[in-house]
Amino acid sequence: MTGPRKIARAAFESVDKLFDRAFTPALNPLYHLGTLGWFFYWIVIVSGIYLYIFFDTGISQAYESLEYITNVQWYAGGVMRSLHRYASDALIIVIMLHLLREFVMDRYRGARWFSWFTGVPLIWLVFACGISGYWMVWDVLAQYIAIASTEWLDSLGIFGQSIARNFLNSETLSGRFFTLMVFIHIAVPLFTLLAMWIHIQRQRDAKVNPPVGLAVGTLGMLLALSFIEPAVSQPPANLDMVPAIINFDWFYLAPYPFLDRLPGLTMWALAGAGTLLLLALPWLPPLRRKAAAVVDLGNCNGCGRCVDDCPFDAVSLQPRTDGTEFSEEAIVSNDLCTSCGICVGACPTSTPFRRTAELVPGIDLPDQGMRALREKTLAIAEKLTGTARIIVYGCEHGPGLEKLETGQIGVIKLPCIAQLPPAFIDFVISRRHAEGVFLTGCSEGNCHYRLGQHWEDQRLAGERDPYLRKRVPTDRVGKYWAGITGSKHLQQELAAFHDRLKVQPPLQQRKPGRPADAATADRAESHE
Amino acid sequence: MSRITQIIGQAIAYSLFAVVVGYFATRPAYTHLAPDKAVIKLSFSHAGAHIEECRRLTQEELNRMPPNMRQPTDCPRARVPLMIEVELDGQLIYRDELPASGLASDGASTAYKVFPVNAGQHHLTVRLRDSRRTDGFDHEKSADITLTPQQNFVIDFRPELGGFLFS
Ligand code: HEM
Ligand code: SF4
Ligand code: SF4
Repeated sequence: MTGPRKIARAAFESVDKLFDRAFTPALNPLYHLGTLGWFFYWIVIVSGIYLYIFFDTGISQAYESLEYITNVQWYAGGVMRSLHRYASDALIIVIMLHLLREFVMDRYRGARWFSWFTGVPLIWLVFACGISGYWMVWDVLAQYIAIASTEWLDSLGIFGQSIARNFLNSETLSGRFFTLMVFIHIAVPLFTLLAMWIHIQRQRDAKVNPPVGLAVGTLGMLLALSFIEPAVSQPPANLDMVPAIINFDWFYLAPYPFLDRLPGLTMWALAGAGTLLLLALPWLPPLRRKAAAVVDLGNCNGCGRCVDDCPFDAVSLQPRTDGTEFSEEAIVSNDLCTSCGICVGACPTSTPFRRTAELVPGIDLPDQGMRALREKTLAIAEKLTGTARIIVYGCEHGPGLEKLETGQIGVIKLPCIAQLPPAFIDFVISRRHAEGVFLTGCSEGNCHYRLGQHWEDQRLAGERDPYLRKRVPTDRVGKYWAGITGSKHLQQELAAFHDRLKVQPPLQQRKPGRPADAATADRAESHE
Repeated sequence: MSRITQIIGQAIAYSLFAVVVGYFATRPAYTHLAPDKAVIKLSFSHAGAHIEECRRLTQEELNRMPPNMRQPTDCPRARVPLMIEVELDGQLIYRDELPASGLASDGASTAYKVFPVNAGQHHLTVRLRDSRRTDGFDHEKSADITLTPQQNFVIDFRPELGGFLFS
C-alpha cells in the first residue's frame, strides 16, 4: 500500500469506527454503500411509478399535474414526489462514497477490475436519470436544464439540426420533444438497472439489499425529510423569459455552472477525459498479481467447498477429467482469481495433521501454500518459550504485525485470514505447539476480500464447513478484527488474551519423545 | 456503548444525512443571469447560395455521360458560408462566418448565440450575407427595442416571412 492511500484508508477507517460504535459493524452504512445504492434505486422506481400514474405528459399539463400531486394529494403523491427526489439525491451520495471507498481500499485492481470498470458507466446513467427527471417538471429549473443541456449537445456538432432551437421561445416549443424526454426518463432508469446487474456479476453472493435495520432507518429518514421539506416545483417555465436565480439540486446539477462558463467542447473534453481516466484506473498502475490458486486433482474429491467460499466466483466444478470415481472436480478461472486463499482454507484436505511431505491440498496458492504455512508454524512454535505461548495469524491487509512478536508470541501473515483452515488452530493447540492461537485482520465488516472474515468467523463458531473441532477449548482461541488503525487496541486485546492464558490450567503434558508429526499418530488423532 | 448512546449516535447520523440531502437538493440558489439583465438570442438555420451557378452542359459533354445520367445542367452543390453581424447601440458585438453544414458543404448554416445585455432601451441591427457577393449584405433589420429584465429576445431568420424576425 502506498503512502497517500494508506493515509486515506486510515481516515476512512477512523470514520468507520465512529459509525461502528453507533450502528454496530453489522449495520454500519459505510460497509453497505453498494446495497444502499440498490435500495435507494428501488425507492426511486416505486415512487416514480406512483407519480407516473398521476403525471400528465403534455407541455402545459405536466406542471399542473405535478402541482395537483404536490398540493392536493400532499399526503400520498406529495410524499412520493419527495421520496423520489430525495432518494435520487441519496443515491448520488452513496455512489460517490462507494466509488471513493473501493478506490481507497484498493478493491478495484487486478482480477477485481470488472466491478470498477462497469461501475463507471453507472455514473453517467444515474446522472442522465436525474437530469431527465428534473426536465419533466417543466418549471424554470427544467427550462434552464433543457436549454443548457441541448446547447451542450449541439456543441458536438453531430446533430444536423440545433436541438436547443426547440426551446427558442414559446412558439417553437413542440410537444413531441417533451414526449421524447418522458420516454428517456423511463428508458434510462431501466437501462441503469441492467447496468447495475452487470456490475455485480463477478461477486459471489453479491448483496443487493442492505440489512433490514439500515433499510428501515434510511427509509424513515427519507420519509421524515419528505414531510419536513416536501419537494415542490419552482415557477412554471416560460420560454419568453430567462430563468435568473434558480433553486438548484447540486447533487445532479453541479456540472451545469461550468457549462455556463466554459465552451461546450471543452466540457465534453473534460467529461470524456475524466471518464477515460476512471475507466483506466484499475491499470494505473496495475496490481502486481500473485499466482492464481491451483487445483491438485489427486487431492480434490469435488466436494465444492472452495466453490461455496470463493468471494469472486473464480472456482467452479466441472465433470471429472481424471477417470477417478468422483463425479466432479474444482477448476479455477485464473482471470478471476485474486489469490486470496479463502478456497484453500475451505478445502477439507488442507490439514496440517498430514505430514509436511504429504501436505498438498486439493486447492492451494503456489506462492503461499499450505506446506509452507505448516513449516512456518512449526518453525515459529519451536522458538517460543514460556507457559503461555501464542501463535498469531493475521492477514496482510490488516494491522502491522511485526510489533506483536515477543519470545512468547509468534506471528504468521496470510493473504486473508480465511486462508487459515480451522484444522491449523486445532493442530497448534492439540499438539501443544502453543497454548493459544490468536487471529486478526481487517476491521470487522470490512474484509479486503469481501467475505473472508465472515467465513472464518462462521468456521470458528461451528456454523460453516470446515468447522473448528469441538475439542479445541474456545478460551484458547482469541481474535480481534483491528484494521490498519487498530494496532493499539490489538495489542491490548492480545495482552489481555495472553494474561488469561497464563492463569489457565496447563494443557496436558506433551507426550514425551513423541515426534511432532508422526504420521501414524496423526492419522489416529485426526480421526478422533 | 450503551443502547441509548447508540440510538443517539444513529439519530445524529441520520439527521446529518437528511440535512445534507434536504439542503443541497435546492440550495444554495444558482444565479444563472443577474436579475437586471436580459438576453438577446440569435438562432436560425438557413442555406446560403450555391458557390457556383448551374451551367448548361454542351452536347459533347452530354455524350460522354451514360444515358441515364444525362441532365441538361450541372449544379455543384456546395454553398457559400453566411456572414452575420450583430450591432447593439452602434457597437459591433458579433461578426462571424457560418460555414454550410454537411460533408459536401451543401447544407444549411446554423447560428446560435446568446448575448446577455442590460435591460432597457437598445438599438439593434442585424445583417446577413447569404449570396456569392464578397462584401455588403443581402438582409438587414434595425429596431429600437426595450428589454424588460429577464426577457428572452429572439432574433430569427425566416426568408419566407420576409427575413429577420424580432420577437
Ligand atoms: C448505481 C450505482 C452503483 C451501485 C448500485 C453499486 C452497487 C454495488 C454492489 C451491490 C456491489 C457489491 C458489494 C458486495 O456484495 O460486496 C458493488 C461492488 C463494487 N462497486 Fe459498485 N455500485 C455502483 C456504482 C459504482 C461505481 C460508480 C463504482 C466505481 C467506479 C463502483 C465500484 C465498485 C467496485 C470496485 C466493487 C467491487 C469491489 C470488490 O471487488 O469487492 N460501483 N457495487
Ligand atoms: S484464491 Fe481461491 S478463493 Fe481467492 S479468488 Fe482465487 S479461487 Fe477464489
Ligand atoms: S474444497 Fe478442495 S476437495 Fe473440495 S472441490 Fe475444492 S479443491 Fe476439491
